Amino acid sequence: MMLAGPAALATVGVVASKSAVRSALCLVFNFFILAFLYFSLSMEMIGITQIMVYAGAIMVLFMFVIMLLNPKLIDEKKDYKLPIGLLFGLALFMLLGSQILPKLMTANVPAMEYEVGSPKLVGEALFTTYVFPFEVVSLLLLVGVVGSVFLAKRRTP
Amino acid sequence: MDWLHSLNPTIQDVLSAIGRAILALIPIFVPVPFMIWYERRLLSWMQDRIGPNRTGNITFSSTSSAVPGFLKGKKIKLFGLAQSMADGLKLFLKEDIMPDKTDRFLFILAPCIALFVALTLGCTIPFGGDKRFSPVADVNIGMLYILAISSLGAYSTVLAGYSSNNKYSLLGGLRASAQLISYELAMGVSLGSMALITGSLKMTDVVTNQSGPLYGMIGFLHNWNILTPMGFVSAAIFAVCMIAETNRPPFDLPEAENELVAGYHTEYSTKRWGLFMMAEYMAMLTFSMVFATVFLGGYQWPIRWDVFDFLENNFLIGIVTMLVKGALGLTAYIWIRATFPRLRYDQLMNLGWKFLLPLAVVNLVISATWIFAKASYGSLAALITVGICYAVLAFIWAMVRHRAKKVEPQYRSRSVNMVPATRRTVEMVSNKEVTP
Amino acid sequence: MNGVPLAAYIGLSMFMFTTGVVGVVIRRNPIVIFMCIELMLNAVNLAFLSFARYRYAADGVSVNLAMNGPMMVIFVMAVAAAEVAVGLGIIMAIYRLKEEVDVDEINLIKG
Repeated sequence: MMLAGPAALATVGVVASKSAVRSALCLVFNFFILAFLYFSLSMEMIGITQIMVYAGAIMVLFMFVIMLLNPKLIDEKKDYKLPIGLLFGLALFMLLGSQILPKLMTANVPAMEYEVGSPKLVGEALFTTYVFPFEVVSLLLLVGVVGSVFLAKRRTP
Repeated sequence: MDWLHSLNPTIQDVLSAIGRAILALIPIFVPVPFMIWYERRLLSWMQDRIGPNRTGNITFSSTSSAVPGFLKGKKIKLFGLAQSMADGLKLFLKEDIMPDKTDRFLFILAPCIALFVALTLGCTIPFGGDKRFSPVADVNIGMLYILAISSLGAYSTVLAGYSSNNKYSLLGGLRASAQLISYELAMGVSLGSMALITGSLKMTDVVTNQSGPLYGMIGFLHNWNILTPMGFVSAAIFAVCMIAETNRPPFDLPEAENELVAGYHTEYSTKRWGLFMMAEYMAMLTFSMVFATVFLGGYQWPIRWDVFDFLENNFLIGIVTMLVKGALGLTAYIWIRATFPRLRYDQLMNLGWKFLLPLAVVNLVISATWIFAKASYGSLAALITVGICYAVLAFIWAMVRHRAKKVEPQYRSRSVNMVPATRRTVEMVSNKEVTP
Repeated sequence: MNGVPLAAYIGLSMFMFTTGVVGVVIRRNPIVIFMCIELMLNAVNLAFLSFARYRYAADGVSVNLAMNGPMMVIFVMAVAAAEVAVGLGIIMAIYRLKEEVDVDEINLIKG
């Protein structure tokens, strides 16, 4: 519960801050706290992967692109998008909340140690039951790498 | 100590965790000034200079009445050890300058992140066989923890570069982010093959796995990972990536002083620059200790002998062993700094992506082969198999190099000829024709 | 210490998801929009993990079934990584072409 507040604040910070670097930093902070939440759910393998993949690789990539492009601050025009977006978001939150939360009010996550998040079990599941999706995802990553290399290449005539 | 045991178990856990954290910080924090002095002295010895050897030498007067009798005319030599203390004092007393139009919050945050990374990196390293004192957290994801924390180190350089509002700093930050992402991969895969051999990601398991006799055959040596063939390749890859991760020469492109003034910390001065400096040295020591833990058997002594067992399990002697191994790593750092010239940027990227990463992946496969062969046919057969694998690999590599040499033009030197040699001769000829 | 209510985790997850949606709608910087998409993916990850944990610990499903949550999270992470690599490549290509990055001004396909 103590972690959820900062996480929510950081979430707002991602959307609300003016400069892209600030919102990227808020997002890194948010991912960090999410990793701690995963630890509190005793999913330590997933939590550390979260820090490694999101905070360590993806967000550094974001930072790299932000600094490479260094776009001038796009002046956020005060147009119809802001109120409509907020209204829409509020409606979505109310809708989801009214449907989901009442059912879960009584449910507690028991604070017990359990081993589902340990690297041993995750690895076993990944290479037995889920070996086909795993291979497909690795293929997807390969395609992503090739695609980004192709996109980023300067085409010299 | 009875009152400690009467406390709530949760509070006991918290207290012991804090105690272990402090115990783990001391061997990383305290040596920093000595490390700086050591680097300067060793570097100057390698470059045939003298280096700082005077600061802190005190000669007492032999005539003054203010000096007590037993000190008259005595000399106290500190071999310049006080130099880094004096430097630190100077850093804290200088005027604090923050340039205009910086992003103040990020400007202050950047060195803090660097320090955070350097301090927390060593949390899973066991300093001795006694599990009450170290590691701080014996989590079952110890290796991944090290990778995750070291990948956070990119933010300090990137944010410092961005917030300084300076073109050179920005370029330094850009280079740092690209370099760290590239070398993180090869480092992860090289640690991965060691995790395969250990069969666990726990750092304590990694150390205990290296305690048996070498290959199960040679009794007087420990089964250190660096003594096994794929462990040696892994260690070489890890060492290169380690130097790249800490931005040390020859991989110090983010702060290349003849291209980018001082790179990402151009605008930093006084305490904040001092924090960067401290973080760099602490990260060097911690990475050396990680290297020692994963490849050099942690707190174990090099010779396997029953007499040493009680020494290895002692916490204090374990710390000393680890610090000696860390100092060895530090010496390697400085030696490499004194030996190699800085890499060009494309050389850096080629080394990371085209050499280290494929080698690390192939090494991972060979490690799997080793495990399979050892389980099926014993370690001698595994050794032979892996040896054949590496021979085939070297042959393929030689073939590829041979073909590449035929295709690519070979440059004799790194200097650039602005005018092609053929045209230059033509011009000289034409000049001769014009002048008479 | 009786454990945290599941509603807290799910509530945070919902809040993150909604904020992500709002961000995609109201922001104009494509990089920030990408970050908001990451936010939504992470909200879903949190929901997956908390449900997996709850189902294992409270409902007593088998370990195999409880592994569904973490596995989905790993696949989401992998897909997110691929998506970011390609997406940032596209943004850079657009920037090189038009020297500006504002999603409202990108109308190349209009001809």
